[in-house]
This record gives sequence, structure tokens and C-alpha cells, in this order.
Amino acid sequence: MKIISQISQQLTGIVTISLSLSLCLCLTSLSLSAATELRIGLSGEVTSLDPHHLASQPNLTVARHVFESLVDVDTQNRLIPGLALSWRAIDPHTWEFKLRKGVAFHDGSPFTAQDAEFSLQRPLQLKSPSGGFAAYVRAIASIRIIDTHTLQIKTKSPYGALPEDLNSILIVSKKHAVNANTDDFDSGRAMVGTGPYQFVRYQRGDRLELSRFLGWWGNPPAHDKVTLRIVPSDPSRTAGLLAAELDMIEHVPSADIKKLSKNNQLKVIQATSWRTILLHLDQYRSPSPYITDLNGSLLSKNPLQDKRVRQALSLAINRLAITERIMEGLGMPAINFVSPPSFGYQTILKPETFDPSAAKQLLTEAGYPNGFQLTLSGPNNRYINDDQILQAVAQFWTRVGVRTTVEALPMSTLLNKVRKEETTITLLGWGSFAADLSIRSLIATTNSEKGYGAWNWGRYSNSKVDQLMTTALSTIDRTKREALAREASILAIQDVAIIPLHHQVVSWGMRSGLSYTPRTDEFTLAQHVSIR
Amino acid sequence: MLRSPILIRISHSIITLFAMSIAVFLGVYALGNPVDLLINPQANQIERAQMITQLGIDQSLWVQYQRFLSAALHGNWGTSFVSNTSAWSLIIERLPATVELALCAMCIAIIIGLPLGLIAGLHPSRWYSRLIMNGSILGFSLPTFWVGLMLIMMFSVWLGWLPSSGRGTTTNTLGIPLSITTIDGLMHLILPAINLALFKLSLLVRLTQSSTTLAMLEDYVRYARAKGLTERTIIFKHVLPNIAPPIITIIGLELGGLIAFAIVTESVFSWPGMGKLLIESINMLDRPVIVAYLMMIVSLFIAINLIVDTVLIMINPRLRKQAPSLQSSLA
Repeated sequence: MKIISQISQQLTGIVTISLSLSLCLCLTSLSLSAATELRIGLSGEVTSLDPHHLASQPNLTVARHVFESLVDVDTQNRLIPGLALSWRAIDPHTWEFKLRKGVAFHDGSPFTAQDAEFSLQRPLQLKSPSGGFAAYVRAIASIRIIDTHTLQIKTKSPYGALPEDLNSILIVSKKHAVNANTDDFDSGRAMVGTGPYQFVRYQRGDRLELSRFLGWWGNPPAHDKVTLRIVPSDPSRTAGLLAAELDMIEHVPSADIKKLSKNNQLKVIQATSWRTILLHLDQYRSPSPYITDLNGSLLSKNPLQDKRVRQALSLAINRLAITERIMEGLGMPAINFVSPPSFGYQTILKPETFDPSAAKQLLTEAGYPNGFQLTLSGPNNRYINDDQILQAVAQFWTRVGVRTTVEALPMSTLLNKVRKEETTITLLGWGSFAADLSIRSLIATTNSEKGYGAWNWGRYSNSKVDQLMTTALSTIDRTKREALAREASILAIQDVAIIPLHHQVVSWGMRSGLSYTPRTDEFTLAQHVSIR
Repeated sequence: MLRSPILIRISHSIITLFAMSIAVFLGVYALGNPVDLLINPQANQIERAQMITQLGIDQSLWVQYQRFLSAALHGNWGTSFVSNTSAWSLIIERLPATVELALCAMCIAIIIGLPLGLIAGLHPSRWYSRLIMNGSILGFSLPTFWVGLMLIMMFSVWLGWLPSSGRGTTTNTLGIPLSITTIDGLMHLILPAINLALFKLSLLVRLTQSSTTLAMLEDYVRYARAKGLTERTIIFKHVLPNIAPPIITIIGLELGGLIAFAIVTESVFSWPGMGKLLIESINMLDRPVIVAYLMMIVSLFIAINLIVDTVLIMINPRLRKQAPSLQSSLA
């Protein structure tokens, strides 16, 4: 019994200590919240602070606090001046960028055309296995500095999408980055940009601490101090917001949206994201190796090469049921390859209305009155509720006679199957600034030399669409270009090149005292968070 | 006499390490091609091909393994694809966080588990002993991630006493960043450490309880009682030293497990340790980091076994004469 009493004494001791400790913490957190500090929970893993190393959304999110690009993007996915005040094409091969004057780097040195030139060249000079920021500067043939604040960029061929591409290239300080490698950025030595926030401290896998840059050219942001916490686990991010350890989180898990909205101290804001969820259909081989009749023997012809069958599959899907029930409102039925506010979005064709009998009719006309069997593949860890979407689509198709088996895989495994050409119909999510850029990657005839159709998994091919897309991309006049991009989209939609399902809706949760305009490009940027 | 069995052990360890490197490399290779996960979606086919060449994954498996092995023998474990920094330094950077967490969890498990097990073993029929034993079953059977989330809901969201994630403020102690040295860091440490400790705590309770129950039936306890020694002396002078060796062996081995596989707890609490690094690396197919991590864990377990065996050989004279194959070997 003595032992027990000893232990219980020890235990009481421990409890008392922890209680007093927690009191201390409460006090410190109270005093901290009085300062204008903003703590944001990010959902993605940041692999490096080097803005030219790996093209991933989490890395760019972090980098966009410290660095800026020549061309910025507003909340509606439209281009606005960034470090460049204006840009225009002086001839079909040459773009001229007028740079903003009076912009300083965090070390006080002025931003000039030298820094811009260096930053546009750096992605190609990186010896490291780069994640491919090179893709955004590949169109550039040469760069000429006219004066300290004017830059002329010659492209290899007439190219209208250069401003879009340059949005992804962040401008670093030539002085600090000229010999810097990735480690120099991670340690903060080369983290000298022109952005609204300055580097303070980085703990890999945990947090990046930033402080307001007093010499920033724009309107000063509302918060003095920003901590970007990396919290990839969904429930932990929600818990952090509920526990008042985080002031704002991105990508609220769909199951928690209702709960957070009901809380008076919190609010949830949403916007249609630029990410479109779509299905690629094998249209390049006949017979298609995994499409069989109902008895399991291979179909001699690939039914997906028949436009009527593709149309039937699209009509058989109840998109509203997916967006409202499965996505719980986090989706918007789609027919376009870009989301509503984006460049080249067309409004003539509306999302297909659910019509199973018309689908059956089309299948009968195409010669498949009894349907056939196929496999629908897709990721189970990449997009919002992706595996449930696959299940729903499979059920809709089975109902009209196309017996569908679902193959939901981790993204890494799925991509390998796709490269080995082992999938028939595959789900993919795609985000882009402009319809012509989307078409170039997703729908254009696969051509390694030109770099077209790199993600055209179904190898759809239509020379008219190709031609319209190429013309659009080489058109400098934005109105003309947008018209061409729309025309190409309409043609591809009418031919059911791919089956768009929905545009994702992106959401943020935050204290009710904060305000943020939800962004189509999904970025979470502390400089745009204001206090109401 | 003493040296040769240990030398044999060491040579066995090197062979094991070598065999494991092949197994690990093959396994990671089978995970697939990382290029499509890493590549910028806007990249075209030419850029993709360049990236494959740069990463060296266009070579045959055999060539890749040879390159890996020769680099590893020179102390270079490769460069992370996604972070572009040495895989080894990424792991070492995360090591203190994990070791700190694992040690704290082990301390909690020992400080609470041993006495509880002892009590339950000494008074098996009392109500509190049954409570302890039933509680330990719960500790065994509840999934770690669920317990972690419940701890967060309870202590962070409802009570607001403890932070829910991250490592808090760290200070450099002898060049190693530790959170245990600051109050804020300590507060961050409590929940994940409890979460990680729960399973080991239950294990220790059960182990101590059964050892104690058995020991109390031994003749030496009866003689001690007949001699008129107090219960306290019997327990602390005679029973505890007798049941200690197996418990200490288990604690040592379990500590290795805690360091290597704190993955779930680290993910739930966003604890920036090695387990979280492993999960991230698997998600992005960051091969060099996965390989380096697994090789480090294999080395860790081999080292623990080597130490355990060496200690056993030194303690127990009988083992020195036996053939090495008869000696204990723990995986």
C-alpha cells in the first residue's frame, strides 16, 4: 500500500506540474494574439524554398510571400501587373516588359532588369534535377536589357501565352542567388526577394516564419508576423483551427466544412478552383486491350473511337449528384477544360444534363445495345473525394449497360500504369490559366518534338483542334486569342475529346475577424489576408 | 576467446546490411517511376526525357544499384529528388525530433508502466489490479491515430490546455535542437509523447505484471518471507532485480521500434521527425530518401542486436564457448 501512495503522490506531482505549465501557455498565447500575428496551416508538403527547383503548389505558395513575379494573377485567375507594370508585343516575336520603378529587395538594393533577366535564365541553368520550371521559359529565344527598367524578350516563334508563363517564374536577387544552390535558399541566405514578407526562420517539415518587409512597394499587409505551418494531415489542420493555434487553414476537409461554418468564431470561404476533374478515354488503339463484351472476350473494335459512345458515357453521368452529394457542394458541373473565370472559358455549350435513356439510345445506335465491359482507373489520394467519384461514375455507366469496374490507386502507382498504357478510361485533374494551354497539354495530338499532348492519355487527335490551338497560342492580340481558344474548346467539347466532370471548389477556414478573397488559383497568401 | 565470436557477429552484420541494401533497393525500385509525380504538368515530352536522364532512372536496375552502392560506400546516400539536398542530411536533420519524442515516450511508459505492472502483479485479485490490466488491453487495442485525434480533441480543442501540432520552440543544446528545454516545446511534446507511449506502456504493464506474479511464487521469495524480511525489502531487493533483465532487453528493443516507426504519431501531430519525412518521401516517390532511411533503420537494428549480443557474451561466460549459431538473434 505504501508503494501505491508513493506512486499516487508522484502522479499528483506530475498533474500539478502539467496544470501549471498549461496555465503558463494560456498566458503566453493570450499575449501573442494581441500582436498582429497570422498563423496559417498549409496542407501541402514544402520540399524546398528555392523558387526555381520543384514546380509544386506548396513550394510556390511559400515562395510567393518572399518573391514576386513580373506578371501577377488576381483572385479571378486573370493577369495583372506584378513587378512588370505593363507588357506589350512590339512585333510578333518580341515582347517588351516595362518594370516597376522604386522596388527594393529585402536587403535594400534596387530591383532592376538585371535581376529579372537572371531569374528568367536561372531555371535553365540549374544543374539539379529540376522539377521543370524550364517549361515556362522554353519559348524564350533571347532576353535584351534596354534600360534599367525595360526588358525585351524574343520568343522562338510568335507566342501569346508568354505573360501567363512568366507568372510562374519568381524574381530573385541576382546578387544573392547568382551562385546559390537549393541549400542556400533553405538556410535563408539567398531568400532575398521583393515580396511583402521577409524570411525569418525555416524549420523543414514544420514551419516558415516571416516578418513584414517595411520597404515593400505595395499597400502594407495587415499582419506584422506570419507563420506558415505545414500540416498535411486533414484532421490535425481542423483541430489546429478549432484550438486557436492556427488563424487560417487551406483546403478544409469536406467533412468538416459544416462544423466549422456553424462555429460563430470561425468562417469558411469558397471559390471555384482552376482545377477541372476530367476523364481521358482510350481512342488510339483498336481493339482496346481492356474493353470486353459482357462475357469477357475482347471487343474486336474499340467502342470509344465512336463519338456516339463517348457522348453516351458523358450523358449517363449525373454530374449534379456528384457535386452535391459526393462533393457536398465542393464542385461545379463542367463542360469546359478551364474553370469559369479563366481565359478562354466558353459559355455557349452548357454542362451535359443527365439523360440515361438518351445514353442508351446512342449506345444502341452505335451497335452496343447490350453494352460492354471496361475498367475506370483513377487516383485515390489526389483530388477531393476522388475514389468516391470513380465509384459513382462506374455506377452511372453500369446503369446504362456499360459494366464498369473501378481501379482506384495511389497517384504514383496510377501514373506508372498510365505510362505502361494499361488503363482505358482514366481520371485526371487539371489546372490552367487558359483554355489554349489546357488544350495543348490535354487534347492536342501527341507530338514529342513540339511538346504537344504531353498529358493526352487517351491520345485524342483532331487536326482542326490542333490548328486552332496553335493559332491561338501564336496570336498576340488577347481578344483574338481568346476567341480562337473558345472556338477550339467548342470543337473539342462537341467531339467529346475528353469527358469533363466538374470544377473543384476550394475552401479556406479562418477566424471570423479575418477576411480573404478566395482565389481561383488556390493560393493561400498572407499578404491578402486583412483584419475586418 | 572473447573476441572471435564478436568478430563473427560483426561480419554477419555486414553481410546482413549488404543483403538488406539489395532488398530495399529492389523494393523501392518496384514502387515505380517518380518522374510523372515530380514533373511540372506544363513540361513537354522533351523536358520529361531530360529529367529522366538527369535523375539517372533511365539506366537499368543493375546499373542504378551499382551507382548507389559505390556512392554509398563513399558515404554519399544520394540527393533527394524533391529537396535537392543530401538525403542523409535530411534524415539527420529530423533525427533529434524523433529521438527526443521516442525517449520521452519510453520514459512515460517506464515511469507509469513499471509501477502499475508491479502493483497488478503483487495484488492480482484487487479491483485496481483488474482495472490496470483491463486498461492495458485498451492501450493495446485502440489504434494509435484514433487515440492521437482524441487526445487533440480533448486537450487542445475542448480544454485548450495543450497545443495540437508541431514542435514548438526549440533551443540548441550541444548543437542539437531540443524542445524539452523550453516550456513551449515541452507543452508541444506532451500529447505526442503520451500517444506514442500508450502502446509500450501497456506492453510494460503486462510484462511486469506476469514476471512479478511468477517471481512471487518462487522459492527465494518464500525463504525471504520465512527469514522475516519486510515486504518492501523483498520487492525492491529481491523481486525487482530478478525480473529486470528481460524487461530491460524489451525496453531496449522497443526503443529502436519507437525511433523507427513513430510514423503515425508524427503524422497526426505534424511532428517534424523522421517518420513524417518517410511518409512524405513515399508519397512523392523520393527514392534516395526512402532508401537512405530504410538503410539507416536496418543499421540501427543491426547495431542494437550487436550490442545486445556483445553484452550477453560478456555477461554470460557459457556463451563464449558456444557456437555463434546457437546464440540469440533478434530481428
